[in-house]
Amino acid sequence: MVHTTRPLRSALRVVPALLLAVSWPASAQTRDPVYAAARAQGQVGEQVNGYLGFVTPPSPELRKVVEDINIKRRALYAQKAQDTDATIEEYALTTGCMLITHTVPGEKYQSPAGTWETRAATPPQRDPRCP
Amino acid sequence: MNAAQSLCYVRSDRRGWRLACAIALIPGLGGCITVKAPNTPIVIELNVTIKQEVLYRLSGDAAQTIDKNGDIF
Repeated sequence: MVHTTRPLRSALRVVPALLLAVSWPASAQTRDPVYAAARAQGQVGEQVNGYLGFVTPPSPELRKVVEDINIKRRALYAQKAQDTDATIEEYALTTGCMLITHTVPGEKYQSPAGTWETRAATPPQRDPRCP
Repeated sequence: MNAAQSLCYVRSDRRGWRLACAIALIPGLGGCITVKAPNTPIVIELNVTIKQEVLYRLSGDAAQTIDKNGDIF
């Protein structure tokens, strides 16, 4: 009896840890609900420079969430720029090109002229330097 | 007396130097060169070309970065 319960107990102890380990990266991949809703409603959009911008004046809550994301983006760009021997601006601009391409119809993005555009089914207007 | 003239003054005892100095002084004697500003703004294309190359180089890495950090993109 003792010999059968011991492995079972240790297994029960390991399973929650495994579940946590698996679920953690998955949860880190999803957007903040406040950001996701604002993005879908066109309140925030992707700028040419690789950061999020406000299309309409944001609520204090939305402002905090978006500014937090932009700070995280900048930290990531800084790290990746160092890894690739580029400047933060170069890396951010490259990412911005792709983020604008990745917008789905209805979302907002900034055109090379600086105006906010709504993404249609057709390809977005991008900087001529974009890959 | 400018730098070229002073050099010429010191070294004018040599024939070769005298010739070289004469040539060097011609532009000074030749009057003014007029530079006319263009009507259209000058666009430095070189900067754009370099940037585009950088963007192409970074595009693969940037795509991976977006995929791995879905929470902030």
